[in-house]
Amino acid sequence: MTTDLSRTPGDAPDASSGPTPPATPPPATDPRLLVRSDGLAGYWSDFLRRMRSGELGSVPVVLGLAVIWVVFWLLEPSFLSAQNVSNLSVYIVGTGLIAVGIVFVLLLGEIDLSVGSVSGLAGAVFAVLAVNEGITEWLALLVALLTGALAGAVHGFFFARVGVPAFVVTLAGLLFWNGLMLQVLSSDGTVNLDKDGLVGSMTSHFFTDVAAAYGLALLAVLGYFAAQWSEHRRRVGVGVPARPLSEIAVRTGALALAAFLLAYTLNQYKGLPLALVIFLAVLVVFDFVVRRTTWGRRVFALGGNTEAARRAGINVTAVRISVFSLAGTMAAFGGLLIASRIAAADQGAGSGVLLMEAIAAAVIGGTSLFGGRGTVWSALLGMLVIGSISNGLALLGSPSHLQYMITGGVLLAAVVIDSVSRRTQRSAGRT
Amino acid sequence: MSTTPVLALRGVSKRFGAVQALTDVDLEVHAGEVVALVGDNGAGKSTLVKAIAGVGPADAGELLWQGVPARVGRPHDAQDLGIATVYQDLALCDNLDVVGNLFLGRELKRSGVLDEVEMERRSRELLATLSIRIPSVRIPVASLSGGQRQTVAIARSMLGEPRLVILDEPTAALGVEQTAQVLDLVERLRERGLAVVLISHNMADVKAVADQVAVLRLGRNNGVFDVATTSQEEVIAAITGATDNAVTRRRARSTEPKTEAPQ
Ligand SMILES: Nc1ncnc2c1ncn2[C@@H]1O[C@H](COP(=O)(O)OP(=O)(O)OP(=O)(O)O)[C@@H](O)[C@H]1O
Ligand SMILES: [Mg+2]
Repeated sequence: MTTDLSRTPGDAPDASSGPTPPATPPPATDPRLLVRSDGLAGYWSDFLRRMRSGELGSVPVVLGLAVIWVVFWLLEPSFLSAQNVSNLSVYIVGTGLIAVGIVFVLLLGEIDLSVGSVSGLAGAVFAVLAVNEGITEWLALLVALLTGALAGAVHGFFFARVGVPAFVVTLAGLLFWNGLMLQVLSSDGTVNLDKDGLVGSMTSHFFTDVAAAYGLALLAVLGYFAAQWSEHRRRVGVGVPARPLSEIAVRTGALALAAFLLAYTLNQYKGLPLALVIFLAVLVVFDFVVRRTTWGRRVFALGGNTEAARRAGINVTAVRISVFSLAGTMAAFGGLLIASRIAAADQGAGSGVLLMEAIAAAVIGGTSLFGGRGTVWSALLGMLVIGSISNGLALLGSPSHLQYMITGGVLLAAVVIDSVSRRTQRSAGRT
Repeated sequence: MSTTPVLALRGVSKRFGAVQALTDVDLEVHAGEVVALVGDNGAGKSTLVKAIAGVGPADAGELLWQGVPARVGRPHDAQDLGIATVYQDLALCDNLDVVGNLFLGRELKRSGVLDEVEMERRSRELLATLSIRIPSVRIPVASLSGGQRQTVAIARSMLGEPRLVILDEPTAALGVEQTAQVLDLVERLRERGLAVVLISHNMADVKAVADQVAVLRLGRNNGVFDVATTSQEEVIAAITGATDNAVTRRRARSTEPKTEAPQ
């Protein structure tokens, strides 16, 4: 707002002095307000503003993924072959499900080191019950998932109720549940699963009809568009800012391109893998839970400022226990898919790089280690990065130590981006 | 006053390890009344607020809500009674946006799902009625200035239709214009028949809006004054403890002013 210094505020506009405007009243809205101009230009400037202030979101990981794919494709064209893409999409599911649970724990600003052991335990429990004891597979599956939920609830109890740091509780859990798994498997060592059984088919079943993959892609695109459209209509209806239609069109178009390209590729091989359907369904459900339910909002609030959440009347203990219990359940689910992929529960399950990969996936995918920032989709994006690296290196015939070093480097890069963007946000946020 | 106070505290005490933060504190607040709670740094004002709000329950003492003994053991209990609190250390979640913070703990739902659209609409409406200007209701609170965060915290306390609003140094971080707005707001709350407890170190603010001034000193009551009939010096004397000083007592008794004794 410009003020005419030559007039005192009380001056009445003088009719004889020509077209001088009357003293401007203070604007109703602050001129510095972030008003987004319409259309794609507005979207672009808003995007740039967010990048500058450190709200990077999924941008670094998507760029990184593109680079990884181009590099491996140039080195080994079969990397993007239908068969390899299909294998990759099944490979990432087990660890990816574990990473979904880790995302929730990271949103709290905590860590769960036990998920690898819990996943191994769940696989062993299922195998022993279903194969050795001959219990119905559905029931065995349920017991295995409940085992994970219970293990997580125990961690949550000691963390939230007793006040032991989550790091220590889950480190103890890592040892304890691994020991329990060895005991469960003791008499048998390795238990082979029925490839065509309930759990076995989770990774071995493919929907061979081409309509399945295309149908799912169509469903995803239509569902996304419908959700965005109805939200747009409602927002316009009550007069709050809405996503411009052009942006919705671009987003839907991008999703359609990715979905149909993937469906086409998968149909060139065995069709749509059941494992991928399971993973995507879990992601959609939990994305909804985290963004659209009170519980999800509480998880974010705890990650942002626990004391503020407590003063707002949120039951901090209950939310914490439920998050750890969810992480245990997802670890168990992931463990079942890993057992399904190798068609066995063995004594090495849940050890080695599994835990590191699950945590790395969540962080690489853009979920902050500092709590309160992230999305469920980072489990997918991060697992795509990790899976692509190990798969690509294997295709090139590289030894596994190289894979560890590269994945370690990528994790470090992700954490650096996380820390730097947090710092940028702080300085941009003047807090 | 003859009516039952909305909130009455009787003999509230609170101890932190070796520090006796509050000893036998009484406080009364009536509907349509602004009580200023004043005292030096560390006098126990924030501790008393947290005891009322259920964030840090008192060790001993009684809380009467409209004459009826009530137990406030958790923040939820206070909210249910109709007590809204703006804390000195702002209780906001930096990662949530303004809408998320305003509705934290009492989110609006539509068939079980968060109703973001309605929450956003109501937030904009509320901020507009309080003439609060912030860049956008959809940016994280971390990127607001200190004063803007303060106004969000104040707006938050207005959402739940409270009967009693407690403001712990609400104007400490605010500019001249925003301070005036908060004081206007306090007056509007009183006009609407709400009870207000206002903590402030600024005597001019207290004088401008408060009806009663309750003084805390070293965790104890040190007098309740009627703002209209009490001079600022008397209140300051109560805050600093000068009323306990023999010289000032003697001076108060004597009618003619004498030359002061060297201090
Ligand atoms: N969580 C705590 N643990 C230990 N001691 C505390 C705690 N909170 C407050 N105290 C002590 O209680 C006393 C009163 O503190 P309080 O914060 O209530 O003061 P105040 O009147 O609000 O001061 P100010 O004007 O500086 O805000 C102080 O001596 C302080 O050191
Ligand atoms: Mg204080």
